Amino acid sequence: MTRQEIIDTTNEFLIDEIEVEKESIAEDSRLKDDLGIDSLDFVDIAVIVERKFGFKIKAEEMMSVQTLGEFYNYIDSKINR
Amino acid sequence: MRRVVITGMGIYSCIGKNLNEVKESLYAGRSGIGIEAIRTEFGYRSPLTGILDRPVLKGVLDRRLRTGMAEEGEFAYMATVEALANAKIDNTFLENNEIGIIYGNDSSAKAVIEAHEIIKEKRDTTLLGSGAIFQSMNSTVTMNLSTIFKLRGINFTVSAACASGSHSIGLGYMYIRNGLQDMVICGGAQEINAYSMGSFDGLSAFSVRIDEPTKASRPFDAHRDGLVPSGGAATLILEEYEHAVQRGADIIAEVVGYGFSSNGTHISQPSNEGCLKAMQRALDDAGMKPSEIDYINAHATSTPIGDTNEAIALDALFSKTRPLISSTKSMTGHECWMAGASEVVYSTLMMLNSFVAPNINFETPDEYSARLNIATHTENKEINAYLSNSFGFGGTNSALIIKKVI
Repeated sequence: MTRQEIIDTTNEFLIDEIEVEKESIAEDSRLKDDLGIDSLDFVDIAVIVERKFGFKIKAEEMMSVQTLGEFYNYIDSKINR
Repeated sequence: MRRVVITGMGIYSCIGKNLNEVKESLYAGRSGIGIEAIRTEFGYRSPLTGILDRPVLKGVLDRRLRTGMAEEGEFAYMATVEALANAKIDNTFLENNEIGIIYGNDSSAKAVIEAHEIIKEKRDTTLLGSGAIFQSMNSTVTMNLSTIFKLRGINFTVSAACASGSHSIGLGYMYIRNGLQDMVICGGAQEINAYSMGSFDGLSAFSVRIDEPTKASRPFDAHRDGLVPSGGAATLILEEYEHAVQRGADIIAEVVGYGFSSNGTHISQPSNEGCLKAMQRALDDAGMKPSEIDYINAHATSTPIGDTNEAIALDALFSKTRPLISSTKSMTGHECWMAGASEVVYSTLMMLNSFVAPNINFETPDEYSARLNIATHTENKEINAYLSNSFGFGGTNSALIIKKVI
């Protein structure tokens, strides 16, 4: 899966399933402060990521992920390593 | 003693999704019973059920507020939105006043079963999603509605089997009468999905009159063969009388009596003595005589033994005055945890519109129901006070008396 495909898939579920505002989606958007994703949303995102990308998010690995761009990179690193 | 009045009502049921639709169904004697084919696939004895769609709340409520809501919570949300509007309570009022919630609910089976299926397949609890816990608990309705409507008063769920909704009103009434709250949202919710009723069906308690779904629920009729499960939600806004007057609310009716009892006998077999004690206690609480009751909304679910016991109790208390009696479960089926609240909504609609809804399918009396004055057709009649009965597994009984405010 290319990085662009990861971005497209991620943005699609963020908008459709997590109901993030489309206009707030950008590489440098901060997950909590700009996209309004809270701790319970992350639980749901883990379920969706497992379904879409086939791996399980580890909470400790997500500690350093602050922006959407870093989240794309995290997914990329897990499925393309 | 402080007086307690009803200033708002809302309903989401198989005979209508708002007060007006329900009023028309009650007057027309319209059944909401049908067949859900998947119940047969699941191995149910009976696929009969009340038929009710889930409301679509995407675009209505924020995702975070929807995620923790099971089906019965969604039903309760719809009923409560209508009740609050009916009571002229808007968001500003909610933000500036302390309102409590005491709501009846006694299961959330679908959420529990679906979570279990994921655990079995994935062997990983973190893949259940954030809503599973909030959907699975019996208190799912009160925890969600209190969050959605920003409630800051008393907040808990009543789990008392098929008397849950009735006890919720009784408790709300006590909180207000005793000066602890000015306003409490009361009600009852019942899931209606095919997961939720398998264990009840397993007791062979459900009607198998599958060829005639709308004739299957026939409380008090000699040829009744069991109840029909149903669901939805009903909400009532209970308020202290002076509080309601001061804010200019429309006063719909007054809660004047709450009676209760526990049979202390069998887990599923009813007791006419327990029914009688609850009704007598409600009359005593209201300071009323049996002759002052114009209508009784019976608990009668259409099971052979349950209806017989209630008929014996009703005859013992009302044989001289013989008020009109009907079981609206003949149309709605048994709305279980919701029934005690929905039947107060149904009966109050009758009182407001001066009619008694029929006990449809009551064609042949048996030895016990022959002694009662059961409404076989819609009767145009003024009602000044009515009694509503609710009884549940474990022998929990509740009786409420509601009066017109003149």
